[in-house]
Formats: sequence, C-alpha cells, structure tokens
Amino acid sequence: MKLKIPEEEIMGHGNLACQGCGATLAMRLALKALGSNTVIVLPACCWSVIDGPFPHSVVNVPLFHTAFAAGPSTASGVKAALEIQGKDTNVVAWAGDGGTYDIGLGTLSGAAERNDDMIYVCYDNEAYMNTGIQRSSSTPLKAWTTTTPVENPKESHKKDIISIMAAHRIPYLATASVAYPEDMIEKFKKAKDIRGMRFILVFSPCPTGWKYAPQLTVKLARLAVQSRVFPLIEIENGIKWKLNKEITHPSPVSEYLKPQGRFKHLSDEDIAEVEQSVEADWNRLLEKTKK
Amino acid sequence: MRKVLMGNHALSYGAKVSRAQVISAYPITPQTEVVELLSKMCASGELKAKFIKVESEHSAMAALIGASSVGVRTFTATSAQGLAHMHEMLHWAAGARTPVVMGNINRAFAPPWSVWTEQNDSLSQRDTGWMQIYAQNNQEVLDSVIQAYKVAESLDLPAMVILAAFVLSHTSETVEIPGQEKVDEFLPPYERKYKIDPDEPHAFGGLTDPDNYFELRYKIQKAMEEALEKWEEAGEEFESIFGRKYGLLETYKVSDAKSLIVSSSTIASTARNAVDRLREKGEKVGLLRIRVFRPFPAEKIRGILSSVGKAIVIDRNIGFGASGIFYQEIKAAMYNEEQKPPIFGVVTGLGGRDVSSKDIIEIYQDVIRREEPKSDIIWKGLKL
Repeated sequence: MKLKIPEEEIMGHGNLACQGCGATLAMRLALKALGSNTVIVLPACCWSVIDGPFPHSVVNVPLFHTAFAAGPSTASGVKAALEIQGKDTNVVAWAGDGGTYDIGLGTLSGAAERNDDMIYVCYDNEAYMNTGIQRSSSTPLKAWTTTTPVENPKESHKKDIISIMAAHRIPYLATASVAYPEDMIEKFKKAKDIRGMRFILVFSPCPTGWKYAPQLTVKLARLAVQSRVFPLIEIENGIKWKLNKEITHPSPVSEYLKPQGRFKHLSDEDIAEVEQSVEADWNRLLEKTKK
Repeated sequence: MRKVLMGNHALSYGAKVSRAQVISAYPITPQTEVVELLSKMCASGELKAKFIKVESEHSAMAALIGASSVGVRTFTATSAQGLAHMHEMLHWAAGARTPVVMGNINRAFAPPWSVWTEQNDSLSQRDTGWMQIYAQNNQEVLDSVIQAYKVAESLDLPAMVILAAFVLSHTSETVEIPGQEKVDEFLPPYERKYKIDPDEPHAFGGLTDPDNYFELRYKIQKAMEEALEKWEEAGEEFESIFGRKYGLLETYKVSDAKSLIVSSSTIASTARNAVDRLREKGEKVGLLRIRVFRPFPAEKIRGILSSVGKAIVIDRNIGFGASGIFYQEIKAAMYNEEQKPPIFGVVTGLGGRDVSSKDIIEIYQDVIRREEPKSDIIWKGLKL
C-alpha cells in the first residue's frame, strides 16, 4: 500500500526534543502538508526548546517566538501584515495545551471570534511538559503530574476545548493524532485551503511526562483513538460534526492507561471511573455527529 | 490644514498621516476616541490600514509585534491599566526590536479607580526599552507621532508618545495637520532588515544562552544612546519641513536664570506661565521641560543645570519608597558633577489633582526660602 504522505521533508534533522516526542512528529507531518510558504508563530511551549537554541532552527520556515498567552494575537498581526504586503502565506500558531487551554485561551477566543485567518494548532500532551510536567486544564482525570501528586491526583476532567472552539463557529476544526499520519495530513491540507480560523488539536503523547517507554508513542496515540479516549473528528462552522473514525469494537481504556506511569496509582475503581467518563464523552459526541 | 482637535484625535491624525498599516487596540478611558476615529478612518478607506480589534491590550501589543516583525508600520494607543496589561509585551517589543509606536494617555492606576492624569503608568514602564516622549500640547502630540516613527524605525526601537489624561486627551486646541506629501517626504516607508519572510526563513527570539544574550541587551542600550542624536536630527529635519521645532528638552528663560523649574508634560506648560509671572516680580527663574525621557538626555540636562543656583523638579508621579521619578533621574544625572545646584523634589497633582500656575509659583516661593533639600519629597497640594 502506498502511503499518501508527501515525501518532501521541510523540517530538518536534529532537534532538542525528548526521545519519542509526539509533538516533533506532529510538526514534521504538519509541515509536509502545509509546505514552505508557511510562517510559524510559537508561544512558550516545548517547541520553544525543540526548535533549537540560537542560532539554530529546525523547521526551515520562519518561526517567530512569542509570549505564552500571545500565540493567536501575534499570529493575527503577522497575518495582517503579510496580507498588506500582498503575500498569501499560511500563518500557523503552534501551541501546547498550556498555551491553548489555559493562559492563551482568552487570546485564542479573541482570534476565533474575529475569525482571523490562521491555522491554530494545539499539540496536546496534557500537561506543562516543558516546565517539568505540571498539570494543565488538559490533564485528564486522575492523572499524576508534579502538581497533582499520587496522593491527590487530578480531580477534574480534561477541559472540553473542542466544544469551546466549536461554540465560536469557526470554519474548520479537527482533531488529529500522530498515530494516523494520513488522516492528519489530509486535515492540514484541507485546513490550508479554508480561510478564517482553523483549529487543529493534535494528540501528542509525551514519554517524559506520561512515564512510558519512548518507543510506545505511536502505539499509545493509536490506543487513545481505538479506546475512544481521543476521537478523530471534524467540525465545520461549529455545527457540522463528523466522526472520521468509527470505533465499533473499542479497545479497553485500561489498555491505554496501563503502560503509562502517570496512571500507575489508579485502583480498579479509579479505572472504572475513567472508563465511564470516556464512555459518557463518546456518547455525547455521537449525539452531535448524528445530527 | 488647521483643525480643532482633542489630544486623542491628534494621536489618530498622527497615525494617519504617518500611514500606519496595522493598528490594533483595546478600548480604555480616556483613550477611546483615538481608536474610534482610527476605526472610522480605516472603515472609510481614508487610511489604508488593517485594524485588528483585539480582546485585550496584551493582544494589541502582541499583534503589533507580529506585524512589525513582518516589516509594516504599526500603531496602538492605551492608558494606565491597559499599559500595565501590556507590560510583558512591552519588553517583547523592545527585545524583538520592533519600532511600534503607541500613544499612552497618562492616567492614574487603580485602586481606587481614577481616570485622571498621573504619570505612574508610563514611568513604571521606564525600563522596558521603549522611548518615551512627553508632549505638552496637542500639536506636539501629533508631531511627535510622526517623529517617533522616524526615530523608532531608524533604530528598531519602540516609542511611546505620552499625553496627560483630559488635560490634553479631551482638551481641544487648534492643530495644524501636516499635508501628506510633506509627511511622506519626512517619513519614507518602513524597511525592515530582518523580517518574517517565507522566502528567507529565520527563527526570531529563540532560546539564547548567556554567551549571546548579553550583547543583544548591550545593543538595545547602544540604540537608545544613538536615539538621543536621532531625536535631535529628526527635530531639525522636522523644523526644516514643517517649521515647528522640537528637541530632547525645551528651555524657557534659562540664560540668566538663577533657579530652574524642571518638569514635563502639561505641568511644564503651566510652569511657563508661572515663570512669566515670577519674572514680572523680578525673580530670575526659568524652565527646563523634559520632552524625551527615554533615552534620558542626561548630558544636555547637566549642561543646563550645572550653572544654576537651584533646581526644582516637579513630579506628577511617585516612586513609592523613594521619591518623584524625574527627580531621581535628574539627581542621578548631576551626582558626579563638580558644580551642581541643590535639587529639590516636589510631588504634586497625583490622581489628576489640578496643578495651577499659582501652585507652581507657591512651590517656587517655598523652595527659594530653603537653603538645602532636607528630604527627597516636598509635597504640594496635599490635604491632610
């Protein structure tokens, strides 16, 4: 079978990511889809380090570092200026979950409400990994992080960023996973041809923060989809929800949880609670996609 | 064209004739008219700019840093809380060497809420790497915007044009709006050397180790030092085209003065009147107005102050735990001089309390009776 992944590598070799970093794979695939006529605006996140220290940069497209909360706002300005110069360039705001779900949520909402012309990518590794694995509002229920120790793991659910973004009625919204590169590339290509705010949430496992062996990144990302933990979906204009991958025979959630040290402390009851939560989320999603 | 303009609209026209290309702003009293008029100008096509109507001042500054890094001319305006909300991005603008130009309406900080004038908002951004110009009338507001682009873009440093809340922002004065051709002659389009350009990819602002960071900060300081000359050059060129003269400082009746009042903004323009009235009474007093506060024109100030008998610095601001901020700076500038006057620091007019010509006369008469400054603050107009 021939894979439909562009052969051209835009991202170079050599970066500062941890072994098995999902976020690095995400960038490599995204750039393959978007091509060189792309500018990346990067608020503080793992990628602030991954790209390489001055004077190095691995992405081979312009990359502008900005403040933690300022990914979307900086991208809005970059896009406006490029338009004034008559340049039709993809402007990508590339942020982690901290910059998206937490400190940058206000600015993201602002840019989304204005429908500013950018592709906003959140590579979601479910905690503040760059600063040493502190919880974010994307951290899942019961997970360990350095600020949610096993004695008091995360008590609240992962924030439903998809519904929040859908409520802005942006033209295009998708989830993608590094375990499904063709699906991901297709979504980035689709996003590229749409104007206005496009939001793509990329599930990006983190061996360092999730405490699993680095070779399992793709496997865990796949298990997240197959166990219905991370559904692959698209939403157009906030109203047309589409499930890209039906999961008729889901893998047990426990299979996804067990290789990860961040869930090692979970009791059978805890696992059951997580499973129920995943099932409830899935059913809510089906209601939306069936409409 | 002559027009009756409030200070806020003088800012808008300044941005317009400077052909700002990306504008981004968030409303705050007493700045709102600046951006309302600019919105109108953009909507009508009178000004060919993109206006990004952001959800916070932090975003306004971030958007302009992004736009400026692409190589276009940018403008915003804010005040007090808004300026403080921008604080992180003010450092970013200077560090990224983006010549963003901003109007700031000097307004007192909350709590308690106040909308009236005081300089603590802009002065608390003193060390962010922004140039700061304190205007004394609406003509100077407009002219300073044009000059700010000229200087800012020649050095890739951001600049803040500052005016007093209500005293200027909402006071209407006759203002000459310079013709577009003349402004274009003075201010060519912005050309950025290192910019965001897909044809020539670079990373901007990445992790920089101690082996490299230090020199980048040195370069900002060097640019600031160079800016002293650039402001003077810009002032001279501006005068040759528009006939109005501006420098780093303004002096009034200093040649034979035994004492000098030193101040900024609208207190300085009130002080001019006080000087006239004191002169009528035979007092040998003059005025030194600090127009450009960053870069700080220390050498020029030394040249003027070293030969006078007394200097009276009037601050509409306070560095809590120390003293008035202009006073601190001026005292520091004079410290190593062999010949220097005693310097008296007056703090007055906080939270927009009116400072009249009579108040300034009283300040002078009070100080002239004192032999030496016994403390760093003389309070004027305080009700206890």
